[in-house]
Amino acid sequence: MIVARPKSFEDIKKLIQNHKKVAVMGCGGCVTVRSIGGQKQAEELAALIRLWAKREGKEMVVTEVTLTRQCEPEFIDSMKERVGDWEVVVSLACGVGVQCLAERYPRVKVFPGVDTTFMGATIEAGLYWERCVGCGDCTVAETGGFCPVARCAKNLMNGPCGGSQGGHCEVSPETPCVWQLIYERMEELGIGEELDGIRPPKDWSVRPQRMVMEHLRVEKKET
Amino acid sequence: MTGKNPQAVRAGLKPAPTIPVLTSGSHLERLLREGRFVVTAELGPPRGAERAVVEKKANLLNGYVDAVNITDCQTSVVRMSSIASARILLEMGLEPVVQMTCRDRNRIALQSDLLGAWALGMKNLLCLTGDHPKFGDHPGAKPVFDLDSIHLLHMLKTMREEKKMLSGTPLEGEPRFFLGAAENPFADPFAFRSRRLAKKITAGAEFIQTQIVYNVDKFARWMEEVREKGLHKRAFILAGVAPLKSAGMAKYMKKNVPGMDVPDTIISRLEQKKGGSTAGRLEGIEVCIEIIEKLRQIEGLAGIHIMAIEWEEVVAQLVERAGLLPRPQGRG
Ligand code: SF4
Ligand code: SF4
Repeated sequence: MIVARPKSFEDIKKLIQNHKKVAVMGCGGCVTVRSIGGQKQAEELAALIRLWAKREGKEMVVTEVTLTRQCEPEFIDSMKERVGDWEVVVSLACGVGVQCLAERYPRVKVFPGVDTTFMGATIEAGLYWERCVGCGDCTVAETGGFCPVARCAKNLMNGPCGGSQGGHCEVSPETPCVWQLIYERMEELGIGEELDGIRPPKDWSVRPQRMVMEHLRVEKKET
Repeated sequence: MTGKNPQAVRAGLKPAPTIPVLTSGSHLERLLREGRFVVTAELGPPRGAERAVVEKKANLLNGYVDAVNITDCQTSVVRMSSIASARILLEMGLEPVVQMTCRDRNRIALQSDLLGAWALGMKNLLCLTGDHPKFGDHPGAKPVFDLDSIHLLHMLKTMREEKKMLSGTPLEGEPRFFLGAAENPFADPFAFRSRRLAKKITAGAEFIQTQIVYNVDKFARWMEEVREKGLHKRAFILAGVAPLKSAGMAKYMKKNVPGMDVPDTIISRLEQKKGGSTAGRLEGIEVCIEIIEKLRQIEGLAGIHIMAIEWEEVVAQLVERAGLLPRPQGRG
């Protein structure tokens, strides 16, 4: 799931201060699960902006709205009658959602209300950790189910490096050395000797990546 | 294996040559193949463009060591390039070991710079993964790590033996470096360290310079594993040593340098030494000489590598007092 953190209200104020018609747009996807950018947060932010605008004596009309997902054309399209009322949309979706809006509605300014950080997992309530960078060539089958691309600070294919100590990564004592985890898991599974082979350099495919699923495209044409 | 990369097919599976053939024309390689106990040292280039600094440091080492490692922006701090500094040493008649990390260059830049290094006369190459930029003076730099040290070794070995680039493109003249790697016997998981060393040797490493040894017992245990696997016969192992300046420095290294094992006995020895910084330094040198003497007893060790970081002037003294003079002549 995509993890994001809210931008500070200071930053958001700077983005919108010279505008009169502002919408705050939540997203019902990942950012809702994390209580960062869902309907509730959109309402809260809109209320905060209204309060601030009033105190500052600014004339500002603030609307809030939440889409089921900001990364799907059908949900974005549902806004087409309303965008004309806005100068600015502060999107609480991840960077993907922000860009979907910006592409679909070129005449409105779309600003991010959150900083998108990573694709990660909930470790415990309030603690999220990066797990995948979407490299386009998943090889965790070779590394005990752990990803060295996303989780090793040096993206090593043949770790661990000389900085692995007591299970921690050299970059931070809070970060587990993923190669220690890989080693332990593979030994436990009785496939430790696979680590003795040399894993080749990674194919860092061309970015941005694009994916086509022909069967879905055909169906769409027919309907 | 992904099957996508052309290099995946060839990845590393041929062992490095074990026959004593001189591939590079390097002085260091010749001494090692002749079975001499070698001494190498480290030179950190300046944080500026002053050639004279390199010359001054090189003069301190001249005649006391068989080859000089030139660090590649060690601890991710910007310094004069290792290849440029190595060229200055060559012009002075010293034997450089170029250090190259995967931190700042992708596979294109690595190959390009190393082709140039060979053309400039460098013959020894130490292939490293490198520290994370977070530790240096530009912590926001983008870490490259396109390849790791094992890939770098294998790439250079393939260039030398198959006269091909990583992509398979034929080379117009191949670099024939004497290839080295680093290994940290004190990192975790301990049981995997000698296995990872084996991977480096399979990938192409012919000499190994280890992390600084303070815990000789642990190093000796690691060397036992190295001998059990016969790795000392497939590559020359040089143990890293460095004199400590004070108990404070020892404690700092133990705490802050990942994979640095400084036993408490050494720390308390330095602590007990009264008489200010000079006394501390003298004791540090004393400890280092004792370590060198113990290391020389270990079967299968081919030499020592002195890492007197920003303390190059101590090297002459160490080498002399450890009974390692005179050094064999006849470089080039
Ligand atoms: S290898 Fe890692 S980064 Fe790539 S897809 Fe798999 S989990 Fe994601
Ligand atoms: S300590 Fe482990 S996770 Fe960190 S860079 Fe080294 S191998 Fe990667």
